[in-house]
Amino acid sequence: MSVSKGYLLKGVRVLGGPATDLLLRDGIIAAVGRIGGATAKGAEVVDADGLVALPGLVDLHTHLREPGREDAETVESGSRAAALGGYTAVCAMANTSPVADSAGVVEQVWRLGREAGLVDVQPVGAVTVGLGGQRLAELGAMAESVAGVRMFSDDGNCVHDPRLMRRALEYVKAFDGVIAQHAEEPRLTQDAQMHEGVVSADLGLPGWPAVAEEAIIARDVLLAEHVGARLHVCHVSTAGSVEILRWAKRRGIRVTAEVTPHHLLLTDEWVRGRGELASPGLADQRIVGRAYDPVFKVNPPLRTQSDVDALREALVDGTIDAVATDHAPHALQDKECEWAYAKPGMLGLETALSIVVTTLLDALGWDGIAERMSRAPARIAGLTAAGHGQDPVKGAPANLTLVDPEARWTVDPTRLASRSRNTPYAGLELTGRVVATFLRGVPTVLDGKATR
Amino acid sequence: MKIKHLLSAADLSREDALAVLDTATEMAAMAGREVKKLPTLRGRTVVNLFYEDSTRTRISFEAAAKRLSADVINFSAKGSSVSKGESLKDTALTLQAMGADAVVIRHPAAGAPHRLAGWVDGSVLNAGDGTHEHPTQALLDAYTIRSRHGRIEGLKVAIVGDVLHSRVARSNVHLLHTLGAHVTLVAPPTLLPVGVHAWPADVSYDLDAVLPGVDVVMMLRVQRERMTDSFFPSEREYSRRYGLDLDRLRGLPSHAIVMHPGPMNRGVEISAEVADSTRSTIVEQVANGVSVRMAVLYLLLGGAP
Repeated sequence: MSVSKGYLLKGVRVLGGPATDLLLRDGIIAAVGRIGGATAKGAEVVDADGLVALPGLVDLHTHLREPGREDAETVESGSRAAALGGYTAVCAMANTSPVADSAGVVEQVWRLGREAGLVDVQPVGAVTVGLGGQRLAELGAMAESVAGVRMFSDDGNCVHDPRLMRRALEYVKAFDGVIAQHAEEPRLTQDAQMHEGVVSADLGLPGWPAVAEEAIIARDVLLAEHVGARLHVCHVSTAGSVEILRWAKRRGIRVTAEVTPHHLLLTDEWVRGRGELASPGLADQRIVGRAYDPVFKVNPPLRTQSDVDALREALVDGTIDAVATDHAPHALQDKECEWAYAKPGMLGLETALSIVVTTLLDALGWDGIAERMSRAPARIAGLTAAGHGQDPVKGAPANLTLVDPEARWTVDPTRLASRSRNTPYAGLELTGRVVATFLRGVPTVLDGKATR
Repeated sequence: MKIKHLLSAADLSREDALAVLDTATEMAAMAGREVKKLPTLRGRTVVNLFYEDSTRTRISFEAAAKRLSADVINFSAKGSSVSKGESLKDTALTLQAMGADAVVIRHPAAGAPHRLAGWVDGSVLNAGDGTHEHPTQALLDAYTIRSRHGRIEGLKVAIVGDVLHSRVARSNVHLLHTLGAHVTLVAPPTLLPVGVHAWPADVSYDLDAVLPGVDVVMMLRVQRERMTDSFFPSEREYSRRYGLDLDRLRGLPSHAIVMHPGPMNRGVEISAEVADSTRSTIVEQVANGVSVRMAVLYLLLGGAP
């Protein structure tokens, strides 16, 4: 690889502000402003006229499937999808096979991420051995490993034993760790297939009640308060959860929360093939499908429009700190089957920013999007020191993404970089497209295409 | 009929539903003849794809298809490639390659017929999918009600029992509403879905309050394992509060009929005396099932109505 003389981004709008130039050199933003030829000597010029620069996005919740299900995704393919989605760092969930519950596995995932070199892959460690919910995994060993794990989660499973959850919250205080809880009371969601409400009643599918999420969040914020620990709540999906989080934050409890793009857009009506899109940016668009298409099966399930409205409001007012994709690739046969037998989860990395731009740009603004998709998740995951979640100002690490705010594109599952095809947005026309992504000053995406 | 598949009773317009019932009347008249066979579906292939044991439904569909001269293939999950883990999609592609004109599917997973309909060119008939629907059962129930009462419009129908897990209840609520009946669901609150308020039906927890005003009472099978999952405390308590016995039968208007989709738990949701009484249409329902399924196959596969 030849030594780069850097990149000169011409006419870029940092966080949607006035047009300027950015010189990326030696992994940092070496200069900002009208940059002349002398300063930028040898740098490759990128015509970024009209493009918006955001700090590289950080995903708190990604399933990369490796090791174990390399047919669905690999660290490399998932990293490429992430870069194309504007991400420079992703947190890789622990539910691989073998489970990332030891220093060995988290180091393996971390190393695979470095080798792929498209985003920083930050492994999330399992809270309990084998995600079994019985005894703590060696959290300290994972924290001290090369991977430097700070976030721990049994995602997919809830740490439902209150005593174990309390211990986990307490224990990780020793290394400023955080427990990311998949809030799902298991007894209330036995056999559950979709949100429990009007649609589940019609479709005859066992319901996943909102209270199963809310009861765990309520318990966990109180536990976090009691032991003075940090709690992060994964994929918040209900209006009731938002109320509990709002209360907890007012009370000063150290809790953060994320919401997925799909919970900000889709509802349980989509399960019966009658989804409506209630965003101005998506008006008159409808995906006509058949009922029971498992591409809409996800955990936590798609909820109702009033939940969607509450989640959007919470994201805007900061009750919810971050957008996280819960990118969950699945092999074709795991979705081309009966609803009850299908695996839950949706692709998200390559569509997340466009979904947020399309639905919430007016409410959040570019600075708000940078906060919810880069700065806040970087703080939560402890990645700020590693150079993530910092605005593209002079001297900052050159981790950034360039977005064409006007571009409209139609989601085509066959053209995604993920090894899987399970996007719920097939055929949908979205606004805002990632044109380029830089990781430590090196382009991972240019002209909308991955560089490697 | 305008529809290609029969996946849900909710897909049936009033015109479609009446066409099925009227055609079934003609089919029933034929059953009294010496030669009980029509040439309508000669050369067509109907596959019965059963992932659950249901001898009664399978035989009913088989008889219906044979009386219309269709070739019938019974494909049961037991002893076939299905039991070796073949996916529904691969089974669908196999049936497609064999040229199935219609697939009658019974499956433990709600929505399996909807999935199948996306993979085969022929018509798909839902013969019961999990706890979702059983549309031909609702059609035969409507047929039975009409043959006893002469009409459906304006009748008061109580559906009693495990509504939450009942595909029969879901299909009947949709169809009876479409046909102008007034439905009241009667069950302990634990056996009603949380979203039931959006259904076109009233809800009551009190069987005795409902019975005096009904023209039809439809009892649903309650499975014993519901008790172990705390849906109700005991079989006896369920029977006392929601079972139809002779005392309650006397409280019904004299013209009211008693229905049950079978198989019955005698002594639980319905007492033996009630099941065998002249008010009961249970055996009639089975007989009507063949005529109604003939009508559905005829209208979906055969001629125009």
